[in-house]
Amino acid sequence: MTDILFEKIGGEAAMDAAVDLFYRKVLSDDSINHFFGDTDMGAQRAKQKAFLTMACGGPNNYSGKDMRVAHAPLVKKGLGEEHFNAVAGHLNATLQELGVAPDLIDQVMAIAASTHDDVLNL
Amino acid sequence: MGKFIFDGTEFERFNSETVLDTLLRNRQNVPFSCKNGVCQTCMMRALEGDIPVEAQKGLKNTLLAQNYFLPCCCKPDGELVIESAQDAEIYGRCVIISKTLLSSEICRIELKPANDLYYHAGQFINLRRRDGLVRSYSLASVPKVDDFLELHVKRMENGQMSSWLLNEAGIGTELDIQGPNGGCFYVPGNATQPLLLIGTGTGLAPLLGIIRDALMSGHRGDIYLYHGARKPDGLYLQNHLQIMSERHHNFHYTASLSGRDVPTGHIEGRADDIALARHTRLNGFGVYLCGDPLMVNSSKRLAYLAGAAMDDIHTDPYEMKDLRTVNRDVVSNANCA
Repeated sequence: MTDILFEKIGGEAAMDAAVDLFYRKVLSDDSINHFFGDTDMGAQRAKQKAFLTMACGGPNNYSGKDMRVAHAPLVKKGLGEEHFNAVAGHLNATLQELGVAPDLIDQVMAIAASTHDDVLNL
Repeated sequence: MGKFIFDGTEFERFNSETVLDTLLRNRQNVPFSCKNGVCQTCMMRALEGDIPVEAQKGLKNTLLAQNYFLPCCCKPDGELVIESAQDAEIYGRCVIISKTLLSSEICRIELKPANDLYYHAGQFINLRRRDGLVRSYSLASVPKVDDFLELHVKRMENGQMSSWLLNEAGIGTELDIQGPNGGCFYVPGNATQPLLLIGTGTGLAPLLGIIRDALMSGHRGDIYLYHGARKPDGLYLQNHLQIMSERHHNFHYTASLSGRDVPTGHIEGRADDIALARHTRLNGFGVYLCGDPLMVNSSKRLAYLAGAAMDDIHTDPYEMKDLRTVNRDVVSNANCA
């Protein structure tokens, strides 16, 4: 079912279009951009694309455990509910800008929301 | 804790340490400089074991094929057996053929390599003195037209190599050379693309090479160069660049000073501030950033936010030798969002 979602959104090509919109929003947001070091922006951008692909139901290797381990250092630095919500907001806005249909956006936001506890190490 | 074997001796590595950190803690006399994966001075070769991908970033394919890696970026999962780099595969010989002072602090040096070096203008080389001292310098020469390698060397405070190059090394002095390294160079095939180049200090050297390369390749898009220095003395090659901008209608040159008491007739401000205030939409631009790492990193972010594509932003941060003995506080990269 999620494969169908990914194709409906536009697949790989849509992710290429989405990643720069999304990453620019995240980098411009002073409430969260300190969690994203700007020392290796190329690698950062690749990670954002992997995240978008996962949230849009595309092929990915994410597991709940990976999510926990990857975010543990950020949780130590104060990553919390408001930051999670800010990123989710940028994801929503990105999909709207790309003209993705509202019912598909709802499905993406549901996948993103399912990572909540792992990301925040709850 | 993990262990690795270096040149036949076993070392215990703390989890927080890179392989280079462990070797330096154990007082091994190994070459290094930036400790940040940029300069490639510390390169070594793995004989057994898995090298993490981040320890091979930016290495040439010929070196990757021989399992070379950068111990300063290497925190291996398993055991590694490694050895010092094989000198002959990495270093060649060269000789100084010309030295000219461009300002009181900056010297232009021409080198003649014993064997032809295949490089792009704007890449950098590592220069090694007989006693093993190594420093990185960017190339201002263009391979198609110059039969020498051109470096701009600024005298650094307490700089061992720069003081020696300016004061003592002379025509005929022999040095070892490794390279070329780095991905900051002109990419042909898009002759109408506008280019924005920002350099501080001798960050001008690679930019000059890139601009000459572009113009000689028939680049027709606008080329905007912003060069910044603290003092008037740092704005070297100003006349030369002004003449170039009169000859080439698509080359635009702006020099500015960021220090105190800027003399009249000079533009006041930091080169990156001025450039990014003038060019607020960078969609479709090629962007080149060279010099002070803080300037390079912040401008990279701002150029991307102004619309430049990530692949179109090329950087050459001038990392100084990192003499700290404690671990560099690496900014931890967030995984995914």
